[in-house]
Amino acid sequence: MYTPQVADHIAHPRNVGELENPSGVGDVTNEVCLDRIKLTIAVDGAKLTQAKVKAQGCPPTIAAASALTELIIGRSIADVRSIARKDLIDSLGRLPAAKMHCASLAIDALRAAIDNLKA
Amino acid sequence: MRVYLDNSATTPVAPEVLDAMLPYFSEEIGNAQSVHSYGQRAKSAIEKARRHVAELINATPTEIVFTSGGTEADNLAVRGVAEAHREHGRHIITSKIEHPAILATCESLEREGFRVTYLPVSSNGRVTAADLRAAISNDTILVSVMHANNETGTIQPIEEISATVAEARANRAAHLHFHTDAVQSAGKITIDVKGLGIDLLSMSGHKIHGPKGVGALYVRKGTRLSKLLYGGHHERDRRAGTENVPGIVGFGTAAQLARVHLSERQASMRELRDHLERQIADAVQEVRINSDVEHRVPNISNLSFDGMDGESLLIALDLKGVAVSTGSACASGSLEPSHVLQAMGLTRERVRGSLRFSLSAFTTSEEIDYAVAALTETIIRLREMIPNDEPKTAKLALQ
Repeated sequence: MYTPQVADHIAHPRNVGELENPSGVGDVTNEVCLDRIKLTIAVDGAKLTQAKVKAQGCPPTIAAASALTELIIGRSIADVRSIARKDLIDSLGRLPAAKMHCASLAIDALRAAIDNLKA
Repeated sequence: MRVYLDNSATTPVAPEVLDAMLPYFSEEIGNAQSVHSYGQRAKSAIEKARRHVAELINATPTEIVFTSGGTEADNLAVRGVAEAHREHGRHIITSKIEHPAILATCESLEREGFRVTYLPVSSNGRVTAADLRAAISNDTILVSVMHANNETGTIQPIEEISATVAEARANRAAHLHFHTDAVQSAGKITIDVKGLGIDLLSMSGHKIHGPKGVGALYVRKGTRLSKLLYGGHHERDRRAGTENVPGIVGFGTAAQLARVHLSERQASMRELRDHLERQIADAVQEVRINSDVEHRVPNISNLSFDGMDGESLLIALDLKGVAVSTGSACASGSLEPSHVLQAMGLTRERVRGSLRFSLSAFTTSEEIDYAVAALTETIIRLREMIPNDEPKTAKLALQ
């Protein structure tokens, strides 16, 4: 049902945790299925230097949260702003139709973190 | 190591069963209705299997109708009684926690003008005889309550249900029939259909180390039943279709093994299941049993883990070689969480964090220990991923 990439992120989730003094936090919950992703990021100048994530929920939510951190660390904020759900799903291979909302939740967490970046 | 703990979904075929079946694929290939000796030998094999299945539940062989499985047996029982007795009544009583084969058949009968009452269950998953008694009217023709639930293993108060049905039949509902889906209980606990006053009972081969694709419906002698399948006059004109000889032979052997080894299998499964639950409780706090521990089959353990998602536990365990199932929604393509756990009044979180471990007669203590270690490691890792604080309800800028 799930790709090897998704399985890998479940078995070895990346960048698990919460930054102590994050530049931005995105904490989002899907009210229908109760899945939650909390992303904390550190920004230095125009670059996203660190990211840590915590997640609770179904396998694609865990995998999307983990994969998201790999997509954003070391990138410019401009680049990160343009990351779309499709990019995240591509990095996971694919997701079943019923699980696309998990990737959406991860993107929502990213947007929330960028939106409330400290000045 | 690979550990299969999803035996309530299906079981491996026992070696003796496979051995018994093999000749019927390439050598003893007769159609049991054929008059020549190939056919007669096939027929004889079927009748031997029928005796074994009957003996498992203390029925008479002529009361056993072979089907394609538990689902067909359930359909035949419910629809068969409804259509045969529609002139006597249009009311059916079942429970909220039945297998979809019962529920969906009842729903289809509702669309045809039958009235169906779905009895509620307690937090432990049992119906009460009092609720049943209150629901029976002079229009009721069928009560169908499963013997043991496939998700939780909880056993219903069958003796009380049977007594309630018998009393109602004597007083106000002359055409009342009692069916029980025993797919999860036959071969695991003792069943005496005569002693229990049961009219119809469903069984499935692949739950007791028989092959998939074969089951049986016990139909008490004298019960009028409509057919589902028309055609030849197979199964005493109750179920048309060339008999699945190898499957039926396998089912018969599986039933014989189940009857002969019932006590020892029961004891071994119960001991290992209880060991599994104790080990898990020791290793992992915040776990709850979703079942009636006084009244359940010996091989099922349905547990809820606080804060966990059942599907994530399932996939993580699968990656470590351990196979279980979950009542969480979104698993196996269904978007609906377990209707059984919901009917028991479990919270959304508790339903979501549920796993079902189901053992077999072949499960070993090494397998249990391995599964517990895999589960413990998984829960520790997933717990580390849970955010430390409560979710913020709005996007919040940090200071």
